[in-house]
Amino acid sequence: MTTHSNKSVLKPADADQALEAVRWAISEETPLELVGKGSKRKLGRPFQATHTLDLSDLTGVTLYEPEELVLSARAGTPLAELEALLAENRQQFAFEPTDFGPLLGGEAGKQTIGGVVSCNLAGPRRVKAGAARDHFLGFQAISGRGEAFKAGGRVVKNVTGYDLSKLIAGSYGTLTVLTEVTLKVLPAPEDTRTVLIRALDDATAIRVMALALQSPYEVAGAAHVPASLAGALGVEEVAGGAATAIRLEGFGPSIEYRAGKLRDLLGGFGTVEFLDRQPSLVFWAALRDVKPFVSTPERLVWRLSVPPADGARVVADIKGRLPGAEAYFDWGGGLVWLAIEPGADGAGQAAIRGAIGLSGGHATLVRAPDTIRASADVFQPQQAPLAALSARVKETLDPKRIFNPGRMYAGV
Amino acid sequence: MRMPTPDASVLARRAEIVNALRAIVPGEGVIAERDEMRVYETDALTAYRQLPMVVVLPNTTEQVSQVLKYCNEVGIKVVPRGAGTSLSGGALPLADGIILGLGKFNKIVDIDYANRTVTAQPGVTNLGITNAVAHEGFYYAPDPSSQIACTIGGNIAENSGGVHCLKYGLTTNNVLGIEMVLMNGDIIRLGGKHLDSDGYDLLGVMTGSEGLLGVVTEVTVRILRKPETLRALLIGFPSSESGGDCVAAIIAAGIIPGGMEMMDKPAIHAAEEFVHAGYPMDVEALLIVELDGPEAEVHHLIGEVEKIALTCGAVSIRISESEDERMVFWAGRKAAFPAVGRISPDYLCMDGTIPRKQLPLVLTRMAEMSVKHGLRVANVFHAGDGNLHPLILYDANKPGELQAAEDFGADILKLCVEVGGVLTGEHGVGVEKRDLMNHQFTEVDLNQQQRVKCAFDPEALLNPGKVFPQLHRCAELGRMHIHRGQLPFPDLPRF
Ligand SMILES: Cc1cc2nc3c(=O)[nH]c(=O)nc-3n(C[C@H](O)[C@H](O)[C@H](O)COP(=O)(O)OP(=O)(O)OC[C@H]3O[C@@H](n4cnc5c(N)ncnc54)[C@H](O)[C@@H]3O)c2cc1C
Repeated sequence: MTTHSNKSVLKPADADQALEAVRWAISEETPLELVGKGSKRKLGRPFQATHTLDLSDLTGVTLYEPEELVLSARAGTPLAELEALLAENRQQFAFEPTDFGPLLGGEAGKQTIGGVVSCNLAGPRRVKAGAARDHFLGFQAISGRGEAFKAGGRVVKNVTGYDLSKLIAGSYGTLTVLTEVTLKVLPAPEDTRTVLIRALDDATAIRVMALALQSPYEVAGAAHVPASLAGALGVEEVAGGAATAIRLEGFGPSIEYRAGKLRDLLGGFGTVEFLDRQPSLVFWAALRDVKPFVSTPERLVWRLSVPPADGARVVADIKGRLPGAEAYFDWGGGLVWLAIEPGADGAGQAAIRGAIGLSGGHATLVRAPDTIRASADVFQPQQAPLAALSARVKETLDPKRIFNPGRMYAGV
Repeated sequence: MRMPTPDASVLARRAEIVNALRAIVPGEGVIAERDEMRVYETDALTAYRQLPMVVVLPNTTEQVSQVLKYCNEVGIKVVPRGAGTSLSGGALPLADGIILGLGKFNKIVDIDYANRTVTAQPGVTNLGITNAVAHEGFYYAPDPSSQIACTIGGNIAENSGGVHCLKYGLTTNNVLGIEMVLMNGDIIRLGGKHLDSDGYDLLGVMTGSEGLLGVVTEVTVRILRKPETLRALLIGFPSSESGGDCVAAIIAAGIIPGGMEMMDKPAIHAAEEFVHAGYPMDVEALLIVELDGPEAEVHHLIGEVEKIALTCGAVSIRISESEDERMVFWAGRKAAFPAVGRISPDYLCMDGTIPRKQLPLVLTRMAEMSVKHGLRVANVFHAGDGNLHPLILYDANKPGELQAAEDFGADILKLCVEVGGVLTGEHGVGVEKRDLMNHQFTEVDLNQQQRVKCAFDPEALLNPGKVFPQLHRCAELGRMHIHRGQLPFPDLPRF
């Protein structure tokens, strides 16, 4: 993102105007930076775009049928607005999207539903409920060929044609301009509670989380925060030392029963404590939004997705290579949030990707100054045949490289 | 059924092609005798049959890669095949194409309880995965009724579902990684044992792509711990409306059952006469609600669902008190297809999805269509997610009945789209629904989908004639019409 100040902003009022703007950009062969409220603007590689296409005026719920578990909204609708509407009906987006605002130096609560879907966000409930992609049923969009098109539908069971919703989720705005999205919604749990096992080292915590996730007790979150970061979550009950947290959600009697079972199952590993509803909500939201690293903005933040059982090994390996690195674990160990010192060689990418190595998985540089994100591989480099295929897919939707060009990979 | 015209020049070179394939896959792996190819001439959409030019049964990824590369270079069409249980003709052979059978890819590669994954070759059956981990108390959640036969590779290709998908998701929500081969021979890995793929979610695109994008040669799926308790309610209603209301009320109460299945009167009767499950014969709709999870939860929810059913006007309620009884409740539903097969020489199984609230309307209209086409219909539904399986009864030996059945089916599917639903919920478009795609999508929508195909298979050699009503050349699809110099809307705010 070059200097924002000298970029001219196109702010369509509706999908037709957005289509006109895209057609104009195609004819001028001028790249557009697509933004909703801009909360994730600093995510991805910086790229050149002379114009910003601001989609935050494309707002409003176009369909909400709680008993059908479905909601459609224009892409620029603020997530907060939708979440409030769902809450009134005791429903939610079960994928619990991360709010990157504060981590990336902005405000909380700014993101739009189009941005959430485009970045395929997912919070701690991912282990049980999946990511945005798993709830994204259909969309209306504008392609880089200047055509309005749709894919998917409003029903969950749908195999009619390719599942292009999956392709668009996680494409970081490099394939289409989303104008309207349809998502599956689910009942919000009646209650929630967290089982905490205290003072475990990383490796033991991974085993404890695996035991919980292998159990029949329907775990809706499994995270481990080492002692050095526990205080930064803003939950008094947790601050005292390393915390391995297992979240339970559902109906009261069921939670009570499962909490007891988990205490029996895991009590041998360390002291067991419980977080009630309120602190539990604060804890998981802080964990989701990477709060432990918000207050040290100079450090670089990486997000690693690895096989859960390898989480501790990967982090130990990285700490050996990058002194000062700190990490915590979500998704039973499968999601690692890692902060490293700003001066690390090559933003630490060789050390980090080397540590992931053969276990499979990938690392994304989430927070770093523009200059570093311009020179490092922000997203995991891909093997040649896959990179070539991805580039061909980009070609089908955005042949003139109008949408966020280079935000994920050079040339894509 | 209109299929791509066989390429005479390819057919003329058949002997040469067979030899070239034998050089890649030695011995038994290439089948060229008509009689031996007979078993491959159809899938579970048995109304259509076609002998392939030749059948190839590779047993390594390297062989798959070489076969595809060869076919790509010399312009031969390829139809991948798992167990051949597709209900939409997805695995229907082409006269000038090879069948690439994945049956020899039948090994479990890795079981990893710490990461809760199983990695298997694509020819392993759906149930084979569950069987491999059942002794440790785990299972693979998506459970199509064909699970003893269908392959996990076929499940990926069709994004198959089952009765437990309401709570646990479809194939696409339970696959973590695949290895696949493109027509040009490139071997590509997507995902793995970690939870999200990097880059574009091509794994999500491959899932449900009906064998048109690449050949899946390895699959990693997520396994779950078996629930502690499973119990079911068998609930009879005096009308399908009250049954539908009950489904809506259960979900409105925040309850997502493990499974929620409904049958109409003809289906209830056929099933009861076949398996004697003790279904009530005097109700218009029968609902099976299965609750699974921790004992305390199931106990609590059984009571809640019972209360809801009563307020919705249920006329009979039975609650399973033992595992045997639960299985009996399911026996009739699980045997619905063969039960209908007993009362009619042939049947067509449809697969539309509708917004649930449209159920009464759709059933009423379907009854009218039944009169119009002069054919009976029995209905089973995945009620929780609005996926209908109308079974249209016909007799292929009576002149005109197959056509009437197909017309009836097409009318049902168009109605599904009209009320906000889709042509297919889990069986795929294949050849069966191909020519109805224009009812759900515009030409622009369909062309965009075909362009994605071009990225994977630019020569359109992988499973052509399926899914898309018209085949366009990639060069033609790639062309762009640009109107130069147009200014964006003048009143667009710029600052
Ligand atoms: C009695 C019966 C009940 C059924 N019940 C259900 C149900 O409850 N839910 C449901 O969803 N479906 C159901 N089906 C449909 C069918 O079983 C599924 O679509 C299944 O996934 C097909 O698997 P298969 O191995 O038989 O694939 P095939 O029929 O052999 O092939 C299906 C498609 O997949 C492609 N394909 C197969 N293997 C590969 C591969 N390795 N790589 C790339 N492409 C491949 C083929 O080209 C074809 O297009 C049922 C079918 C029957 C006959």
